Parts: sequence; structure tokens; C-alpha cells
Amino acid sequence: MTIDRRQFLGLAGLSALGFATKPSLETIGRQLRAPGRRWAMVVDPKKCLELDGCTRCIAACHAAHNVPPIAEPRHEVKWIWKERFERAFPSDQNAHTDDALKSKLLPVLCNHCENPPCVRVCPTRATWKRDDGIVMMDYHRCIGCRYCMGACPYGSRSFNWDDPLRHMGGVPSSDYPTRTKGVVEKCTFCEERLAKRQRPLCVEACPEGALVFGDLADSTSQVRELLRARHSIRRKPELGTQPAVYYVI
Amino acid sequence: MLQKALTGSRRYWTWLAALAVLIVIGFAAWLRQLETGLVVTGLGRDVSWGLYIAQFTFLVGIAASAVMVVLPYYLHDCKAFARVTILGELLAVAAIVACALFILVDMGQPARVLNVLLYPTPSSLMFWDMLALGGYLVLNALIAWVTLSAERRDEPAPAWIGPIVLLSIPWAISIRTVTAFLYAGLPGRSFWMTALLAPRFLASAFAAGPSLLILVALVLRRVARFDVGRQAIDTLAVIVAYAMIANVFFLLMELFTAFYSGIPEHAAHFRYLFAGLDGHRGLVPWMWTSVALTLVALVLLVVPRLRKNERLLAGAAGAVFVALWIDKGLALVVAGFVPTPFDQVVDYAPTAVENLISVGIWATGTLLLTCFYKIVIAVRTQG
Amino acid sequence: MSDRPLIIGGLVLFLGLVTFPVWYNVAAGTGARAPALARPATEKACVAPRDYMRTSHMALLVTWREDVVRRGDRSYVAYDGRHYEKNLTGTCLTCHDDKAKFCDRCHDYAGVSPTCTECHVTPMTR
Repeated sequence: MTIDRRQFLGLAGLSALGFATKPSLETIGRQLRAPGRRWAMVVDPKKCLELDGCTRCIAACHAAHNVPPIAEPRHEVKWIWKERFERAFPSDQNAHTDDALKSKLLPVLCNHCENPPCVRVCPTRATWKRDDGIVMMDYHRCIGCRYCMGACPYGSRSFNWDDPLRHMGGVPSSDYPTRTKGVVEKCTFCEERLAKRQRPLCVEACPEGALVFGDLADSTSQVRELLRARHSIRRKPELGTQPAVYYVI
Repeated sequence: MLQKALTGSRRYWTWLAALAVLIVIGFAAWLRQLETGLVVTGLGRDVSWGLYIAQFTFLVGIAASAVMVVLPYYLHDCKAFARVTILGELLAVAAIVACALFILVDMGQPARVLNVLLYPTPSSLMFWDMLALGGYLVLNALIAWVTLSAERRDEPAPAWIGPIVLLSIPWAISIRTVTAFLYAGLPGRSFWMTALLAPRFLASAFAAGPSLLILVALVLRRVARFDVGRQAIDTLAVIVAYAMIANVFFLLMELFTAFYSGIPEHAAHFRYLFAGLDGHRGLVPWMWTSVALTLVALVLLVVPRLRKNERLLAGAAGAVFVALWIDKGLALVVAGFVPTPFDQVVDYAPTAVENLISVGIWATGTLLLTCFYKIVIAVRTQG
Repeated sequence: MSDRPLIIGGLVLFLGLVTFPVWYNVAAGTGARAPALARPATEKACVAPRDYMRTSHMALLVTWREDVVRRGDRSYVAYDGRHYEKNLTGTCLTCHDDKAKFCDRCHDYAGVSPTCTECHVTPMTR
């Protein structure tokens, strides 16, 4: 079959157009759809540090979600915890920072990134990014490969190295399931509470109001106001993950 | 044809029995792990992948190295490898089976492993790795079966196997590349975040695999009076030499970019490996042993007079295999996790259960390889 | 054929062993009875008709699971128009509050052990 250059170019152009149709329609569709929520959290370290040694956010979250208290640090399961400033922001350190500041404890949790590497690598979509921004977990589908743990640059994910029920004295709360051994778990921004229009447990439990939760897509929300009023930093911004947890200075 | 694996000398059966003992012990250890959970390993929140995945990574390289004997023979008519290609292909089959077993024992919920195929996720390299390895297993098993059956019947292999053999060549490269991609795209792990990771994986595969083939060929000549030929062994040795040079070169390149750039994040992993970090020096003796073995092996391989000496060649091949096992089967995975995202240095050491399971899987691969090679020898000597 | 008695004898032995469960239970009068389920005291209607639940409650639960976990869709309108929350411990197990006398009766009879209550734990399922 003979085809001249003009015909070939015409065919190629038409094919390219054909290939571009679906993605273009999808992009346009996305713009036309009502802008969805974008859940985010703003942490005010100054307020958090008001109460020395306070761990109420952690206690509230872990109790309600049946997170097993495990003593061995290697096998710890934690959805939210307090980390030393120099460890939460390792690239922000310099030799002249006051030692006292370096050791100040800040709450850290899953950042529910805009561009989550853990979601990219999960082979079964047991973790995925919802339309409202939450990086969600499906403990039924997780095969326990721990690829997501390797991909997360923040160490936010925990694995159940053994049966969590072995570490929980007494009966766990029946309002929320436990997990089985061999699956990865993490904070899910209390999506079960958000469904009932309630704020996440850590936010409610904080006596100083250091954790503010809200919708970034709503320009009048408290989180947006806070981020407008004060400079904020996020963990490891150079990695392009675009965390949804901000720390205001 | 498979029944040829069932007849053998006393030495053959003793060897198989010894392997079977290791397999049974490893299996029992795995049952314990299934019952209790991965808490029986030395893994933890910070070092979440360890011995199992490292063995898997190393064995993918061994499997891919079959291409190093297939390519010269089928594409470049290198007659020396006429009797070796089947050994390479069967090595690939045994290695892939061992790979699959290492993945299986590392899963937290192994019964759900088919979810990877039920819910395909193209963005995940693990999905592609499963497809690539599965496909490679099928390819090599098919090639080995068809060519060996043809040889048994004293016929030329059917023509349709030709394109399949050709397909296995880029496929072998791809399994190694996909496995490197598992590591090379993770944003928080700067030790693995290098464009050089896939080339390093390939270079080490092309050194470790043929080294193993050399050792196996020498063993087969001794215990089974099966000779692949002087030239085949020599050519394999040359391949190993070049691949080792590439390996060392790549490592030096990594060291340069890590240390000359001065970026602490990049250099920290190498410091941890070669000098220890924050008092943690667990891997330092291993790494320097690997370096020493590499240098010795290089000298023995590059100098022709030494390379042609079979005793020294066996030593060199063994040194290459061990050196690369330390590098890929131990250091690579652990150093990726240390220092942690919190800039902390933690230790990882496999537990007894982990070691027993790993030994059991290596024994399984070796058992398969032994049976496969028994069949090959039986077919070859009968003709 | 001198092997005939051996072969016939072996076959008879094999058949005897293979049918052992049947004739033993008949002889001992321990044949299985249909499971007797303890019905919930208060509610008379479930989230779906009884016959459907008998055959397909597992399918319903899996659908609920996918809806809740993967789509965040927690509300269920039953065949009789009533609204429920898709929640194993919060909906199903509040009425069927005795696992041993309800769930386990059929599961034991059928020889299945669903793993739901390994995680969806309530005081009575422990």
C-alpha cells in the first residue's frame, strides 16, 4: 500500500486527536464538576507547647481507633504522635538552633499529601486518595507488602507485626473495628466522623486548640484564614508531595 | 522427561535429602511466622523491608543473567554457549521460583496476594514486577522444556520457539529494570533515588549470574562428568570480568556524586555502610569484605593467565558471588532505610526465624536447580 | 487371577473407610440436625428479606464493606423503606447480639469461619 507523506501526516494527526479526546474530556469534566472539598489540618506549635507533656490528641485518637499500645519501638503502631522538632523537620536544622528548640515536641501524623507516593506504589489500591483529599486505607484489601511504608517519606505508616488484640488489655471499643495482623494502618483524618459532620478526635481533644481542621477549598474556612495570616511550613516540601498538614510559625 | 530426576547416584540423593531437611526446617519456621506474624523477624517500623526482599532483589538478578548466555548464542552465534544456554534458562526458572517464595514469605497477608492481579494498579511498580516475573518464568520454562524435549528426541527445536527466545532477551533486561524501579522512584529514600540504580542492578546481575554458572559448570564437570566446554567457561569469565568492572565503576560514580555534592542526605547512607553512623557499625565489616572480595576477584578475572587457571577462576567466581550478595542481598535494602526519614540511625539484624526461612527458600531453589540439571545431563548423555 | 480376593477386599475396605462418616453417624444417632438459630428478641424485620439473608448475607456484607470503606457511602434503604447505617457491629450485631447462638450455629454447621469478627469486635464476639 502506498501512502504519500501528506496522507501519512493527516492520519497521524487524526490519531493524535483521537488519543487526546479522552484525557481532554476528562480534564474539562473535572473543571466543570463542582470543586470538591480539600481537607487539611493546620498545627500551631506554639499553642501545642503551652501544655507541657500533653498527649491528649494521641490518647483520644488511639483509644477510639483501637490502636494497640506497643512498647517495643520497632513494632509501634501510631497514627499521631509527638516528634522532636529536629526530627520532624530534619532539613530545617542548623548548628546554632537552640538545643531546647530542637527537642521541642510537635504532633506529626499522616500528611494526606496532594501527591502521595504511598498511593502511587500500592499494588492493590488498598490505599488511595479520595476526592475530598483524604488518603484512605482499606484494611480488607491490604496484602501487607509494606511498599507504602517504604514510599512514605514521613514515616507516617505503621504495620501490624503481630495481632494487635494481643496488646490491648480489655475489650476494644466496638465503635470502630480493630485491624488484623499483617496490614498497614495510619491516620485517616477520622473520615468516619467527617461523615457525621464531626471534627477529627485529635482536633476536638486538644485543650489549647492547637490543631485546626478544615476545608482548603473554602476560602472562608478557619484553616485558610490561619494560612493567610501566618507563614506556614510543611514537612519535606522539596519532595513534591504537597502535604495537607501545615505548621504555622 | 521429568522422571529422569528420579534416578540418581547415592551422592545425588544425599544432596537432595540434605536440601529437603533445610526446606522442611524453613517451612516449619514459616508456619511459625504465619501464626504469629512478621514480629518474629528483625523488621520494624523504620526498616520495613529486610532479608526477604533483599534476597528477592538479588535473585531477580540471577534470573535475569540467563540473558547473558542466551544473547551471545542466539543473536551472535557464539557457538561456545551451545551447551550452556539451557543451564542459564533453567537457572532463571529456579531463581524466579525462589523470588516468588521470598515475596510470599514477606507478605503480611499472603492469602491476599492475588489482590495484585484482581485489582491491577498500573501506577504501582509491584504490579508490573509481578507480571514481568510471571511472564519471564513462563517464557523460560517454555523455552527450556521445548528445547530440551527436542534435544531428547534428537530433533531440531521447532521454529516457533525462536521468536520466544528472542523475546526472553529484552524481557530479562526488563525484569531487572522493573525491580530497580521498585526502589528508584521513592521520594523519601535518597540512597535508592539514583538513575544509576537500574544499571547497577544489571551490572551486578551480569556478574553474579554467570559467576554462579561458572561454579555450577565446574561442579557438574566434577560430580556428573558433564562438561560445558573450556571455551564456554572462559567466555563466561570474561563476561563476569567486564560486568565487575562496570559494577565497581558505577559504585565509584555513586560515591562521587554523594560525597562531592556535599549533600548530607546522600552521603549519609554510604557513611553508614562504609564507616558507620552515630556509632552504628553493623554493616561496615560486611561492606569492606565485599570490597576486598571484589578487588581480589577483579585481579583474578582481568589477568588472563590467572583467569585461565580453573582453581583461581572458581575462587574468583565465588568471591564475585559473595561480594555481590553482600551488596544486593544485604546492604542495598537496609541502607535505603537508614538513616530514617527522621534522620535517625537504627539497626536491623535478621532473626533466627528469618534466616531459617531464607535458607529454606535458597534450598528450594537449589533443589529445583539440581533436579533440572539432572534432567539436562540425562538427556544429553543419553543422546 | 490370584489377586482377585486382594483387589475386591481392598475395594470393600476403601468403600467402607470412605463412607465411614455416613454410616457411623447413622449408627450412633449423631447425624447433623438443622441449626437452630436464636432469633433477636425485639426486631422482627432484618435489613433484607429473610430468604435473601439466608442465601446472600455474605454478599450483602461485602457490598456494604465496599460501599463504606471505598466510597464512604454509609446509608442503606431497606426493602421496606427503613433507613439503616451500613455497619456490622453498629447495625447487624445490635439485634443479633449473641454470636454463639446465631452466627456460629450455621457457620459451624457449614464448616466456614468468616474472619469478620477478628476485627469487628464487640464484647460478645471476643
